[in-house]
Amino acid sequence: MTRALFLNFSSMKFLTEYRDPDLVARYLDEINKAATRPWTIMEVCGGQTHSLVKNGILNMLPDEVRMVHGPGCPVCVTPLNLIDKAVFLAEEKGVILCSFGDMLRVPGSGKSLLEAKAAGADVRILYSPLEAVKLAQDNPDREVVFFAVGFETTAPANALSVLHAHRAGVSNYAILASHVLVPPAIEAVMNDEESHIQGFLAAGHVCAIMGIDEYHPLAERYRIPIVVTGFEPVDLLQGILMTVRQLEKGEARVENQYSRVVRPEGNPEAQKVIRQVFRTGDREWRGIGSIPMSGYELRPGFERYDANLKFSVNIGKARESEECIAGLILKGIKKPGECPQFGKKCKPESPLGAPMVSSEGACAAYYHFHQAIQDLETVA
Amino acid sequence: MQLSCPMPALDFDVITLGHGSGGLLTNRLLDSGVFDLLSNEWLDERHDGATLNLNGKVAFTTDSFVVSPIFFPGGNIGELAVNGTVNDLAMCGAIPRYLSLGFILEEGLTMKAFWDILVSIKYACEKAGVKVVTGDTKVVERGKGDKIFINTTGVGEVHPRADIRACRIQAGDKVIVSGNLAAHGIAILSVRKGLEFETALESDTRNLNHMVRDLLDEFGEDIHLLRDPTRGGAATVLTEIARDTRLGIDLFQKDIPVDDAVSGACELLGLDPLYVANEGIFLAVVRAEIADDFVRRLRGLEGGKDAAMIGQVTEAHPRQVVMTSRIGGKRVVNMLVGEQLPRIC
Repeated sequence: MTRALFLNFSSMKFLTEYRDPDLVARYLDEINKAATRPWTIMEVCGGQTHSLVKNGILNMLPDEVRMVHGPGCPVCVTPLNLIDKAVFLAEEKGVILCSFGDMLRVPGSGKSLLEAKAAGADVRILYSPLEAVKLAQDNPDREVVFFAVGFETTAPANALSVLHAHRAGVSNYAILASHVLVPPAIEAVMNDEESHIQGFLAAGHVCAIMGIDEYHPLAERYRIPIVVTGFEPVDLLQGILMTVRQLEKGEARVENQYSRVVRPEGNPEAQKVIRQVFRTGDREWRGIGSIPMSGYELRPGFERYDANLKFSVNIGKARESEECIAGLILKGIKKPGECPQFGKKCKPESPLGAPMVSSEGACAAYYHFHQAIQDLETVA
Repeated sequence: MQLSCPMPALDFDVITLGHGSGGLLTNRLLDSGVFDLLSNEWLDERHDGATLNLNGKVAFTTDSFVVSPIFFPGGNIGELAVNGTVNDLAMCGAIPRYLSLGFILEEGLTMKAFWDILVSIKYACEKAGVKVVTGDTKVVERGKGDKIFINTTGVGEVHPRADIRACRIQAGDKVIVSGNLAAHGIAILSVRKGLEFETALESDTRNLNHMVRDLLDEFGEDIHLLRDPTRGGAATVLTEIARDTRLGIDLFQKDIPVDDAVSGACELLGLDPLYVANEGIFLAVVRAEIADDFVRRLRGLEGGKDAAMIGQVTEAHPRQVVMTSRIGGKRVVNMLVGEQLPRIC
């Protein structure tokens, strides 16, 4: 196992092509020409929401194209009781609780992990779950728990951490898994009576792992175009253009805009690791509720790495804020600005719900980059 | 910075509680040659304080340094402690003269580390042209500190032509940055425990006072505001300016200078360079008429070659910083809530 991340920065330069203002202008022009009627398209992934808002793309699109923001923010959909559990493990069980940075600020019923850390709990931000296994090896007298949140994208690394611990005989390592899956989320959105989504930009990085096959039946069943899309401005605009063109022609196919990263079959090695460690099960989504077969849980044989089973956790029922409409936001039924508490009671420094916390959450993205401009436009 | 002062032979190799007692061990530490490094007429007095002569208006500032790790690519906490306070004085339009130097050492700090930090302080002071005239050393028990904390307080003489005040900013003024953004924060992150990545990135820590003095000589009162965007980065400083002046600021992302490697690291770590800390650049708000000359002159100065005009002050959106993205979209730039935390995917 290597401790260091090795980054090849020179390879990042190619990204500039996907931020080229001339190309952006050309795609916008094409979208303008292609869209003859209003269309509602959901970008599934919070990373895409972030990029759309941060680059100011939402304000550049023609009125015909209405983007709504999907449930693909892992931090946002992690159930409240799991956050409470993580806080409990860190505070009451004395474990070293590790997580990705975003997760720390999300409020639980009582407090966030960041607040638990300030109060003395051993909470650490890591970039890789493999680091957590190393931490367990370095601290044999402590229990280490990795808060394994995320979509299919982070599942292989989390699964690998369990395999590493298993092979190295590390018995003081466990994960608190909250893995969610994109296709069942798309189903949940489409099955909602209030939903008016006509096309999807599927999450490029998720498909890089899982491939695109599981999206064909969805496109067929719901008669919706699904375009696997990347995260840079040109990626997003190309994805939107492909979706609009399908919609205008009345087509409902799966297309791959992000082919420089996504192979149709995905990453078979990564899938193998996932299958080895996880199985699919029902999962609670914060703000949305339980979705059948929408998450990963540890397979039999790996129970000893399941923090849920390893520690007896005695916490009360999680209480959600009654004023937070996160569920409607996550399903794209309401936009952040339509929430009465947006920017008033609910702000990034005092969030009522998770979408105001993570930079991938639609509310936070709007609050940071978007809202004031809308205000200005209203004033002007 | 290359260190070239040999460490004196000592009969102790780690700092212990006694070194902060004020008694025998403290004196042995002082006499060991350690403080000869910073020797000058005021410090050599070993008095309770320093008596100084200053001319005209005086600027006065203080800052504490708690960076972890204490040694990082491109510098260490000692250099940072000198440059940080020197730069705060420079931002007031002052010529930095004298510093105080307060150490809080954690028991167990190696003398080698302390020596290396002191040598850096010596060189940083020489480069900036300031003198350490008074100081203090305390030692806390192991676990009660983080190796070493440093406080520096500085005084300087305000440049006769300087009139640096946010209230002098007017619509139409230009916003200029003296160099590439985000280098310091990313260099620190690259060596943070659990996040080591291999890179040639270095902190941009440096003094700004010589640059600022040259610019004040040339442009004087046409410089309306100077700020060094340390913690919170450029975004925080600019939003503060917009809030305080009740004017708006337009930023142009395509003009904001960021080194390719830093930009790549930010990309991968999910950080926005606008919010990442800097230690060797400043933001200037200047009268529009001199802006081009200002940038040209700055580029000719040591430390200023990447200077760029990145925005302007406007009446259009009071109290807001609005950035035109590289692709032409607009977004609001807000103050950061808490620390910038890495994203999940």
